[in-house]
Amino acid sequence: MGSSANEIDHLVKREYKEGFVTDIESETLPPGLSEDVVRIISTKKNEPEFMQDWRLSAYRNWLKMREPKWASVHYSAIDYQAISYFSAPKQQAGPQSLDEVDPKLLETYEKLGIPLEEQKVLAGVAVDAVFDSVSVKTTFTDKLAEAGVIFCSISEALQMHPELVRQYLGSVVPAGDNFYAALNSAVFSDGSFVYVPKGVRCPMELSTYFRINAMNTGQFERTLIIADEGSYVSYLEGCTAPMRDENQLHAAVVELIAMKDAEIKYSTVQNWYPGDEEGRGGIYNFVTKRGVCRGSNAKISWTQVETGSAITWKYPSVLLEGDNSVGEFYSVALTNNRQQADTGTKMVHIGNNTSSTIVSKGISAGHGQNAYRGLVKVLKGADRARNYSQCDSLLMGDRCGAHTFPYLEVKNPTAQVEHEATTSKIGEDQLYYCRQRGLSEEDAVSMIVNGFCKQVFRELPMEFAVEAQKLLDVSLEGAVG
Amino acid sequence: MNDTVRAYLDAHSGAAAGLPGGAIPWVRQVREQGLARFSEVGFPTTRDEDWKYTSLRAIEKHRFIPAPDRPSGLTSGDLTALDIPGLDAHRCVFVNGRFAPALSSLDRLPAGLTVTGLADALNERADELEPQLGRLTPHNPNGLIALNSAFLADGAYVRVARGCAVDRPLELVYLVHANGQALALHPRSLIIVEPGAEAVILERYISTGDGDRYLNNTTTEILVMESARVDYYKLQDESPKAYHFGGLFVHQDSDTVVSTNNIAVGGSLARTDLAVSFNAPGAHSTLNGLYIGTGRQHLDNHTQVDHRFPECVSDEFYKGILDVRARGVFHGRIVVHQDAQRTEAQQQNKNLLLSRQAEVDTKPQLEIYADDVKCSHGATVGQLDANAVFYLRSRAVAESIARSLLTYAFANDVINRFALAPIRQQLEQHLAAKLLPADQGEVGM
Repeated sequence: MGSSANEIDHLVKREYKEGFVTDIESETLPPGLSEDVVRIISTKKNEPEFMQDWRLSAYRNWLKMREPKWASVHYSAIDYQAISYFSAPKQQAGPQSLDEVDPKLLETYEKLGIPLEEQKVLAGVAVDAVFDSVSVKTTFTDKLAEAGVIFCSISEALQMHPELVRQYLGSVVPAGDNFYAALNSAVFSDGSFVYVPKGVRCPMELSTYFRINAMNTGQFERTLIIADEGSYVSYLEGCTAPMRDENQLHAAVVELIAMKDAEIKYSTVQNWYPGDEEGRGGIYNFVTKRGVCRGSNAKISWTQVETGSAITWKYPSVLLEGDNSVGEFYSVALTNNRQQADTGTKMVHIGNNTSSTIVSKGISAGHGQNAYRGLVKVLKGADRARNYSQCDSLLMGDRCGAHTFPYLEVKNPTAQVEHEATTSKIGEDQLYYCRQRGLSEEDAVSMIVNGFCKQVFRELPMEFAVEAQKLLDVSLEGAVG
Repeated sequence: MNDTVRAYLDAHSGAAAGLPGGAIPWVRQVREQGLARFSEVGFPTTRDEDWKYTSLRAIEKHRFIPAPDRPSGLTSGDLTALDIPGLDAHRCVFVNGRFAPALSSLDRLPAGLTVTGLADALNERADELEPQLGRLTPHNPNGLIALNSAFLADGAYVRVARGCAVDRPLELVYLVHANGQALALHPRSLIIVEPGAEAVILERYISTGDGDRYLNNTTTEILVMESARVDYYKLQDESPKAYHFGGLFVHQDSDTVVSTNNIAVGGSLARTDLAVSFNAPGAHSTLNGLYIGTGRQHLDNHTQVDHRFPECVSDEFYKGILDVRARGVFHGRIVVHQDAQRTEAQQQNKNLLLSRQAEVDTKPQLEIYADDVKCSHGATVGQLDANAVFYLRSRAVAESIARSLLTYAFANDVINRFALAPIRQQLEQHLAAKLLPADQGEVGM
């Protein structure tokens, strides 16, 4: 073990690869939040009047709300007046092609490993890149338009399809849902909008790459995905952020709506800056994600790989309204050093014959604290509901923590609800077996951890699965030894 | 501070002077701390995470009165109907929270076993109680436990001396004889099992009147010293209208083996808060539980196991059967503290819903701060297996009986873990009576 110790040490201290700042001029509002700020955001984005009213009422609601404290995460108080609520790269009119995009922006994406050009040609993935708050460039819009799919930034959607936004925005996560959702509703600056019309299978995977860049700005995206009857869409979301000493707040809201026979698959690989070994800096990732299966046979599937952020606090949920609808949640959450995660899901069974599956894998290393918190609720009228939950935790090191808090609330006797959870460390015998066959300890651990997470990775689209495995390796190296 | 809290504080200031051991500073301190805590936090509300599913608004509405300080007039003949068949035990009876020597049968106690009323013990040998009484409850107890400490007066004091293996079970009967009055009772018991001793202890909560609505707010502290073994039972069979809240605090030293068997069938709103704390390495604890609710009963079981030291084992198994409009709540928390390595902790909660209006809320929790551990938990909620019912029906078993048999089988799983045979039989009868239609009471069981 001694010989590899140096190497491990080196890997642990590896700098956060994505920790650079793009030096471009941005147009940023001074820190602070007031009705005026909300109005300015709305006006700057040239929004219809209903939107501004909606934001203002959300803001007034937010003023009356208190910050929730029930999660098992600890952080110093957030000063909401010290955050700047709007930051946009300075640009003239919207770019018509990639050539018009600020080359520095493109460079940034290249460093992140998602060059738009390359992706456009090779991967066939349409990218709606969110740089700080304004959507920079939406690719493949034309190709998608052919299929009738609308994929654009939510600001654009407000201009082009205000009636759709008006109809669905806030219908799953109401403006007053919780403290952070209310804040987001008031000040959200941009995000993605997807509408898949009846019977259409979206011809490609849709993807958004979020990136927090400017200092002292919060990211408040709003994502709205509507899959109309019989349609299918798969949406990928990846996140990184530059290195900073302060803690930045990320309070996004994601709403999914699946109509009759529709299916939405939502995948996240979250690698925001986690802070340094001592827990300085890092992103506070306080996100509200919720989907609703409106019609019968609808299906919503959440897959998440959470390796970044100083604090991850989110519960992608599904409301199973339609008969025979299906909800799924697959999650890998990793906490190393001083990272904290309190994540899980809510499955609310409302219709008949609804089923939900929860598979959660938590990995804790260093001083990391990792909690699964999940609710399975079967309402009185939901006959023959079925849920299966499995939550496994892997512990590496004697100073980390793994916690499991499932809530099962069952009001209907025809429901079958099962939850099981295990917690253990990496098996000594497994490690020994691998070592004895000539694998380094690092490789052995990586192999075992990847095996532990396989059930979740399997749910990710191919490119993401590879990225997720790499992320896990890098985040974990040095955690054992 | 609301009116309800004030009413209890007033009742306390009226009663305080007359409470036993009132002249002893440390006893006064235990009461005052309880009172201060209660006036600070009041009754728990559903906004407390630990009380999310159990509302106390019902008891806050009632004005309960302290138990009258006069003999109950009961004779030992009145108690024979309450015997558990086949149970040959040393019996210690408390009526309305007060020790009733005349109704108890403590004449055969073996050497080394002390059983008496807590009030008598406080008057006669308070020094012996000082290191433990009020020390095994949490530092920041919930309002009910604080209230119990504030009114601490009588209950059981049990001490099993070093190396003494008690020959037969010790039965502590907490009998409420309310006579239609809405009494508030706060029995407090202390059980100390010294090193190497062994005992089977049964606490029973029963009443003389089925229609009585009263508040029985009990707390029992149990210290199990090194290498001692305890088989403990709590049988909560209060009046169907009663409110029962029980704090049960078990501290285990090294190499102790304890099983707590927690059975709840009575009361309209009943909850037990059981906390097991390992204070030294190598202890073993089994937690068995069974709650059977019908009508509009609300049965809550809240357990916490604190693995503070390495190499301890806990094995928890709770089952619930809920019929009609009953509601069951299970909250099990296992905390493995830092450096409590080589811990093994298992937790299972299974629930059976027999009717459309019944409800279960279960919250098994693992909180782990050490890495060399084997911990798992599981929870299920379901109904009777339709295939199994069909199988029995195809063998000409009437549906009602088929369902009863399967329900019985479900419960039997945990009943079999109760070592004390008369308890098992008692529960089997209870189940038969509840499950089978009257005219078929003889069949199958």
